Amino acid sequence: MSTEDAGRAVPVVAEDWNPTAGPDPLVRAKHGLIGAQVSRLDGPLKVRGEARFAAEYVMDGMVYAALRYSTIARGRIAALDTSAAEDADGVVLVMTYRNAPRMQPPPLFLTDPKAAGGSDLPVMQDDSIHWNGEPVAIVLAETQEQADHAATAIEVEYESSPPRTFEEARAHPRTPDSLVGQPVEVLVGDAEAALIDAPRSVDLTYRTPRHNHNAIEPHAVTLGWDGDDLIVHDASQGVTGHAWTFAQVFGIDEEQVHLTSPYVGGGFGGKTLWSHHLVGAAASKLAGRPVRVTLSREGVYRLVGGRTITEQRVAIGADDDGHFKALIHTGISTMTPHNALAEQFTFPARHMYATETLKTDQQVVDLDMLSNSFMRAPGESVGTFALESAIDELAIELDLDPIELRIRNEPDKDPSTGLPYSSRHIVDAWRAGAERFGWAPRAQPGTRREGDWLIGTGCATATYPYHRFPGGAARITLDKTGQATIAVPANDMGMGTSTTQTIVTADRLGLPLERVTVAYGDSSFPGNLLAGGSSQTASIAGAVISAQRALVKQLLALAGDESPLAGLTAEEVGGRDEGLCELADPTRWESYAEILNWAGRDQVTVTASASDPAEMQAYSMHSTGAIFCQVRVNAITRETRVDRVLGSYDCGRIINAKTAASQFRGGIIMGIGLALMEDTNFDERTARIMNPSLAEYHVPVHMDVPAIELMWTDIPDPYAPAGARGIGEIGITGVAAAVANAVYNATGRRVRDLPITLDKLL
Amino acid sequence: MPMMINGREASVPADPRVSLLDFLREHLELYGTKKGCNQGACGACTVLVDGERVLSCLALAVQYEGREVTTIEGLASGGALHPLQQAFIDDDGFQCGYCTPGQICSAVGMVEELRRGVPSHVTDDLEATEIEFSHDEVRERMSGNLCRCGAHNGIVEAINHVYAEERA
Repeated sequence: MSTEDAGRAVPVVAEDWNPTAGPDPLVRAKHGLIGAQVSRLDGPLKVRGEARFAAEYVMDGMVYAALRYSTIARGRIAALDTSAAEDADGVVLVMTYRNAPRMQPPPLFLTDPKAAGGSDLPVMQDDSIHWNGEPVAIVLAETQEQADHAATAIEVEYESSPPRTFEEARAHPRTPDSLVGQPVEVLVGDAEAALIDAPRSVDLTYRTPRHNHNAIEPHAVTLGWDGDDLIVHDASQGVTGHAWTFAQVFGIDEEQVHLTSPYVGGGFGGKTLWSHHLVGAAASKLAGRPVRVTLSREGVYRLVGGRTITEQRVAIGADDDGHFKALIHTGISTMTPHNALAEQFTFPARHMYATETLKTDQQVVDLDMLSNSFMRAPGESVGTFALESAIDELAIELDLDPIELRIRNEPDKDPSTGLPYSSRHIVDAWRAGAERFGWAPRAQPGTRREGDWLIGTGCATATYPYHRFPGGAARITLDKTGQATIAVPANDMGMGTSTTQTIVTADRLGLPLERVTVAYGDSSFPGNLLAGGSSQTASIAGAVISAQRALVKQLLALAGDESPLAGLTAEEVGGRDEGLCELADPTRWESYAEILNWAGRDQVTVTASASDPAEMQAYSMHSTGAIFCQVRVNAITRETRVDRVLGSYDCGRIINAKTAASQFRGGIIMGIGLALMEDTNFDERTARIMNPSLAEYHVPVHMDVPAIELMWTDIPDPYAPAGARGIGEIGITGVAAAVANAVYNATGRRVRDLPITLDKLL
Repeated sequence: MPMMINGREASVPADPRVSLLDFLREHLELYGTKKGCNQGACGACTVLVDGERVLSCLALAVQYEGREVTTIEGLASGGALHPLQQAFIDDDGFQCGYCTPGQICSAVGMVEELRRGVPSHVTDDLEATEIEFSHDEVRERMSGNLCRCGAHNGIVEAINHVYAEERA
């Protein structure tokens, strides 16, 4: 046995291990398929059209649902006539507040680890109306066409009051209770005074509009009751949370809800629990029939909250060399009294730059609207637009290269908390990216022209925090053929989670890829995981570390006196070549199959919980990156095209180079949308979304997307399970600023109000 | 006259309101064809009718008597994937997989349009009998198929790998 073979054995961690006690043994050496290009394992099903999504399950006796939405934002239903709808062909039930069963309000996100409600408003319980688009009736019928037709036959009259507008309400903002659990205000020194005293400064206001997720799969759920048990085929990015929240609303035990969601057609923060789930389940109970609710595209805009508008102030004071004396990031967003997300756009300023003084603070105003919600990198997406645009503006003020300005302000510890960084190599990412992109001193704005096109380049920092949420667990079943099945209540909306975790688990247990199955998307699996906060890769890996330890202990107990492993403890062995070996003497090895066969066991099953995420308290943990882009702006029409984008990232270890690249690219493309076109048009007079369709809400299409170059440092984070800090959200960050900075370089026009449409450049 | 769907006969529905998309999904349980917007804006429902790409959400099933419809389920022959299906896997031309059947069907129809010389917004020579395969032609012609996961690079690479290289 060579030393190289011995090195391939991944040690088991100690009993009370957490990442602060030492690196995950898996990251000490890179081997196996980690970092390789592995095609997603669910690919064949998806390209054949055989992956079943929520609206594609058929239940016996199932009926189809159609919804009616309010056309006012605030007031009450004054008159309601459902008789024509009830008499229409095929109609099984018309449910309104008059006959809806009593339901508890859905527990709101962040109020409990399993709460998944996007809003805690009661659903269809009285005649009051709280937002324009609130569901006022649900019709069940034998066919979708019958349900759709009957829904149009319901007569509704309203008494309405004018909705509060942003312009009125902004005079009386409030301070939110927290920013996703973090303090709202962070002060280091007196930043306002330091700003005044600084020899060089910028003090600017940036605005971003509302956005909607627009996953191509509209929200859908197929569900039915079996007595008091609820069976749900859902489109969910948090199966455990959805099941628990259903249970709270209907007053049943969590175990009485069985919710699965193996395939989800995009989420981006939007595939959480909204009112269609609840009226669907209530109507199903009332009708005694299983129900399928598929929201229309307009319905998704009416019932699923998007991203709030923001108005942000970024002020930076610097000395003549560009060193920050003051960094201020404050602003305002909109919310409702029924949700918990203020869009934490000031977070990047807290962690990214060395500064003598710092001030970040946010306020909100409450509007009569559907609760705004998490959308890819809530906060950092739009916050980096403001911060990284302002840094570009300061660089121009100082006549300094914007990369050099950022590097000059590279902090050696977290500027807001004083904590050490777990692993931070953003300067490496900047330098490597600049070389690859061919970053050169930029021409004066508006001076580089090719034919009718003005050319410009821009760059910006990308950043997103590391998260590992408490509550993760994993169940491993190992059978006597040596096949391992990992069950985790994880969610894969296309991030590649199931493939990535198969790679990680195979390496940890010393199994080939085909010997590992990752089962996910099922609320009956142990633990609680959420596809949010870019947390799943680390959270699942953390749970599997604990489960591996439990598995090895059980296997060693089963191994007989004759076993080469006899007498060894878990800490003394590791997984290798489909079995366990002693770390000190790898010739002492026995296969998993042999251990089980000797013990006469068909299989062993263990379940273990992840360690608490102590690393998040001990270290400042953030993924970072450098975004470079080149745009051209038509000198006549002022149309902007993005010609080149390079993302150079430092996100810890990259597990699967193929699916990771797609995560980065997907985020960057959403960032191009954020920069140039995405805008949910909200009529302040009626508080109604006026472009609830993919024809009028523009997302980047093929012609808008250049070939996107990527690179990464691939330096494992010693304090993250598997060394991976998460990559799902960082892609969108920094991109809008990089584009805006490039548009300025091309045209000399600084756009501080997204999206950068051509009218703003004329 | 019956409709032929993936080589099998199907009788059109009695309810004339049923779209071709809902007919495929709800009547025949061919759920591979996806509903993304139901208003012709996203391309997820693209199928091939007599070889041409059609948005099945904007088509009424009763109009398609006697026509030959191919859905994503009909592209693979037996166990073997269509070369474009395999290329989508190899080039990671999708993430969630929801727009994927529409992208693949659309690309198959799009390539035929190039061969027939059907011009696009970016075509320079409007009289060409066959349009040259190019990065811009592919991107322009695929722009009716939205992908929100941002797999555009992989999709275009997959199409290039199968069709541009086939022509070279």
